[in-house]
Amino acid sequence: MIAPTKPSEQRIGVFVCHCGSNIAGMLDVEAVAEYAETLDNVVFVQRNLYTCSDPGQKEIKEAIKEHKLNRVVVASCTPRIHEPTFRACITETGLNPYLLEMANIREHCSWVHPNEWEGATEKAKVLVKSAVARAANLDKQKEMELPVTQTTLVIGGGIAGIVSALEIADGGNKVYLVEKKATIGGVMAQLYKTYPTMDCST
Amino acid sequence: MMDVSRHPNIELITYAQVENIAGFIGNFTATIRKKTKYVDEKECTACGDCVKVCPVLVPDEFQQGFSSRRAIYIPFPQAVPSSYLIDMDNCLGTNPIACGKCKPACEKKCIDYDSRDEIITIDVGAVVVATGLKPYDPRPLDEYGYTRYENVITSIEFERLNAAGGPTQGHFIRPSDRKEPGSVGFIQCVGSRSKVRGHGYCSNICCMNTIKDSLLLQEHYPGIETSVFYLDIRAFGKGFEELYRKSREQGTKYIRGLPGEIREHHETNNLVLTVENTTTGKIELHEFDMIVLSVGVEPDKDSDKIKSMLSLSRTPDGFFLESHPRLKPVEVPTRGVFMAGFAEGPKDIKDSVCQAGAAASKVSNLLGAGKVRIEAVTSSIDEDLCTMCGRCVRVCPYNAITKSNKKANILPGIIEAACAGCGACGVECDYGAITMRHFTDAQYYSQVEAVLADKPGEKIVVFACNWCSYAGGDLAGTSRMSYPSSPHLIRTMCSARVNMDFVKHALKLGAPIVVVSGCHFSDCHYIDAVKNTQKRVEKLWDELEDLGIRPERVQLEWISAAEGAKFARVMKELELLRKQVTPKEIEETKRILIEAEKKKRGKKAAKKTVST
Repeated sequence: MIAPTKPSEQRIGVFVCHCGSNIAGMLDVEAVAEYAETLDNVVFVQRNLYTCSDPGQKEIKEAIKEHKLNRVVVASCTPRIHEPTFRACITETGLNPYLLEMANIREHCSWVHPNEWEGATEKAKVLVKSAVARAANLDKQKEMELPVTQTTLVIGGGIAGIVSALEIADGGNKVYLVEKKATIGGVMAQLYKTYPTMDCST
Repeated sequence: MMDVSRHPNIELITYAQVENIAGFIGNFTATIRKKTKYVDEKECTACGDCVKVCPVLVPDEFQQGFSSRRAIYIPFPQAVPSSYLIDMDNCLGTNPIACGKCKPACEKKCIDYDSRDEIITIDVGAVVVATGLKPYDPRPLDEYGYTRYENVITSIEFERLNAAGGPTQGHFIRPSDRKEPGSVGFIQCVGSRSKVRGHGYCSNICCMNTIKDSLLLQEHYPGIETSVFYLDIRAFGKGFEELYRKSREQGTKYIRGLPGEIREHHETNNLVLTVENTTTGKIELHEFDMIVLSVGVEPDKDSDKIKSMLSLSRTPDGFFLESHPRLKPVEVPTRGVFMAGFAEGPKDIKDSVCQAGAAASKVSNLLGAGKVRIEAVTSSIDEDLCTMCGRCVRVCPYNAITKSNKKANILPGIIEAACAGCGACGVECDYGAITMRHFTDAQYYSQVEAVLADKPGEKIVVFACNWCSYAGGDLAGTSRMSYPSSPHLIRTMCSARVNMDFVKHALKLGAPIVVVSGCHFSDCHYIDAVKNTQKRVEKLWDELEDLGIRPERVQLEWISAAEGAKFARVMKELELLRKQVTPKEIEETKRILIEAEKKKRGKKAAKKTVST
């Protein structure tokens, strides 16, 4: 375990993404950013047109250096898309990737409350507050690195399985191709001629 | 196909079933049952001597039952591996030997009636799921009379009746009188694009397949009448429109409208169909010698087992759910697993080949990197707090916690490489001895408190698991399904990480409704960790009822990553529930919970004094 940072040493930066008009067109991003400034441990707040873009990421990196940020909150889309992006981004500045937290104010807010300007804005504020609270409690983590077994299992011996197996095997790696029937070929083997070339399938 | 059997890097395991896959990216272990063929496939030369003596005749599946095969057989002449097998369901019997004629007929002595299934265990770094498709069975569409009328066939049967290697050596005849048909009608969208019967989706391949069929007939049997009944012709691929045009030019008629009924003429066995021509708006009757049902396709349901082994999900149409519909079409949420072909969705050969290449490239990248980083979301045990009770060991779905032994003073230990990070153990521990890295109790409490800091009565706290419910929420977002703004999601890797103390804490802070949402049992990303969620919430409901708090205040929901519509619906329903909770009820709940906590603390303190 790596020693956690003491709360008093926390310097959180909040980056509120407009996502073009995907977020900014449905809720008041300015109000969200202003609100973020009032939150505990937050020392820097910035709005970006697209936080995930190169300029957006550059702004994060510069802010980390300039304001000595040790936690980053990005209020944008779902972490299921861009958490890896922003983790890689903050890692470039030497910050541990686990000191990032995201507030999903797009999929879970702007996109689903399009006719609720006030409601969506208030909810975005709360989501940011929640992310900042969690960020304050985040610790550095060390990832474990493991070797990758140099073999592949391909399940299904139809055209897709056959081609995958051949491609991987051509690359020099061992493949186990498992087929439930007594022969490979799948449905394709039953076809007489195939489009668009009108030639035989096997 | 031959390339596969020749390739030095491919080990082909046919007539086999994947029984289990354990492990994680880069380090999977698969258990495979290779069913016995009763014929040594390495020694068999496919000479066919065994077939000559086999007395059993059964319909040949490969030829769609248009011809027969023996109980010892090769699926088709070009089969790979090129070897025979005994179909034990139809063999007269080997124990005791009822016939036994094939064994002495085999000069190479490849046949062994006593051979048994083989269990093979292999270690692999990556898995490609290419479980394929099944043609739609049109029997439920009774109006088309498939199986009742001999001359109504499916498009797969059409293939065999035209194939040079088929039952008629490529001579296209109709089944009832074995005569060349003078007219053939094709009916499109059989089992596709229907919300009532069959499937709602477009099967992608049937339009082009019928166009191809019409061209084949026109080419081989000049003067044959061909008509196609369709809803829309979808000829969107490269070179497709040309083929469609060619088909029309060669005389195939395209009539917009799907027939309502087919009737058979009892003497000629000709077929008369009734159709509303939607271009003219008139009801028409058409007579054909033969009708081909252009059947759609569906995912092979045998892949259900693979689905649960690899924690895959299905989209509502039954195909496997990809990580992202546009950007990650060959990935699935389980790292190290990729998919190709029909398993992911209806596609033709070219697209299957493309996707297979993409999957292979992903695999090669992973293998080429040689190393894989495991996310630091794992458990750790505080030795000072652990009482060696062993409960964590029992709830771990991955057997990632080594057994403790109180007598021998052996503490449980986390095998970090095996821990997948569901967090079920941490919640199970009553002594706070287990910490979940990156998803600590303190982090959850801070989020609950942040959400409920202001106007808690207007908010719904939703604990949503990363893989299913949270992703279902994402899908509702990308699909722009709006719902009220009261629900606030707190992401957790697995719903089994949600401690009921978090839920009670939320109620104590004034939350009108708290929701715990996870994967459906069959979709659980952590094998079966979700069963702990259900158990704990049910226990909490009992506890709340005893305390005089309505159990409805805590909701349990199972929402998959593919159920964006369900997510939005549930959120709307939750808002209705929230409105029923009065401020008075919230205050009363707070009072009850605070009091109960005081009592509990008092008891604990008393216990401590007694023990000291």
